[in-house]
Amino acid sequence: MNSYITNITKNIKKLLEITGPVKVMEVCGTHTVEISRTGIRELFGNQLDLVSGPGCPVCVTPNDYIAKALWLAKSGVTICTFGDMIQVPVNNESLQSEKAKGYDVQLTYSPTESVEFAIDNPDKKVVFLGVGFETTAPSIAGAIIEAKKKELDNFSVLCTLKTIPAPLGVIASSPNLKIQGFMLPGHVSVIIGVKPYRFLADKYKIPAVIAGFEAVDILKAIETILNMIISGSASIVNEYKRVVLKNGNRSALQLINDVFTSCPSSWRGLGILPNSGLRISGKYSHFDAEKRFNIPDFTDIEDDPMCKCDKVIMGIIKPYECELFKRVCTPQNPKGPCMISSEGSCAAYYKYGY
Amino acid sequence: MCLAIPGKIVEINGDKAVVDYGGVRKKASLMVMPNAKIGDIILVHAGFAIANVKLDEAKEKIEAISYLSEAVREEKERISKEQS
Ligand code: SF4
Ligand code: SF4
Repeated sequence: MNSYITNITKNIKKLLEITGPVKVMEVCGTHTVEISRTGIRELFGNQLDLVSGPGCPVCVTPNDYIAKALWLAKSGVTICTFGDMIQVPVNNESLQSEKAKGYDVQLTYSPTESVEFAIDNPDKKVVFLGVGFETTAPSIAGAIIEAKKKELDNFSVLCTLKTIPAPLGVIASSPNLKIQGFMLPGHVSVIIGVKPYRFLADKYKIPAVIAGFEAVDILKAIETILNMIISGSASIVNEYKRVVLKNGNRSALQLINDVFTSCPSSWRGLGILPNSGLRISGKYSHFDAEKRFNIPDFTDIEDDPMCKCDKVIMGIIKPYECELFKRVCTPQNPKGPCMISSEGSCAAYYKYGY
Repeated sequence: MCLAIPGKIVEINGDKAVVDYGGVRKKASLMVMPNAKIGDIILVHAGFAIANVKLDEAKEKIEAISYLSEAVREEKERISKEQS
């Protein structure tokens, strides 16, 4: 038995006796998976309520974006995408079902790979699905710069990149949710650093900790949050110093600022939030799929009324409180993105129990 | 989706590196890690190096890190035994 873990667990229990029941949101889907997989969710009983947040890009991407991607696939474009996106259903269709019908959908591990694919296939019009948070934005920016250097005419990005601070503001200010602490996404923070989160402590007086993804990182973050609650001093603490610098990765931020402009973005569960997305800036508009293709507007597409992903994403309900969970909605037959994404809350709760 | 994996730089050509992940080697871009050197342990996301891993910062935890999840599971079992 590892004494570090034993001691930290004991101490968290002691702290919870002082604080009483505490509600902490783990923002990032990778944290959700680790907390479920390692059993930390149950370690402290009812004393510690760990709720999952909006930290999985697949889960928060709204239906109209998927509908646009489907429309592009059907008009003969080659779609290149990260794996998790292909199963998300809109009106009983998904990129996977369209691929099965013979439309061209390619899975890629990196945006750069899709640029190489475009170079190797000059007869194909390649569109990369630009989904992700600050962590992924540099690699997509890099791909766009690469495409510009090579003067590629057959590569573009359908961009719905999102930035994480804005939805945290919505959640922090919600009188119903009453979140008392945030566990902040480690790899988003590698890029943006500590400062963009300051408002959580300054304005909303909620303590927050940037955490790594090992069980010991997660426990340490919980301990630090509890200590701040007890001392009544909210701040943003970086407990992932082995990779997160105070100012983030400056080169990455410069690259993001060069290729993208901040814009309003639409989030499943949260609606349209100002300054919560990145669009391709004018200088690179040649590589913006929205400009290159005449894509119809799909914003009136309705969500499946039975699927409660919007509430799961906001931390309003737990996955098992959705009527479809396990009965109808399973990883084999998913009804919503939270069951599809490997980092979705419903998938994590299904796989590791709850 | 923001999963990022640590690996060791074994080769650098311009802004591209070859990174070793415990035996498996893959290319990664150094576009936002301009000062990276051969031998550095870096964090890679979607084919893009995004950070240096500072091992001295990790030291106090590193021993713990290798057992972690296993240890938490044991701790849980121990508690449930105590309670029963
Ligand atoms: S790792 Fe990144 S994409 Fe994945 S859930 Fe966390 S914040 Fe979201
Ligand atoms: S269980 Fe399925 S239907 Fe219900 S919220 Fe989760 S993904 Fe949506």
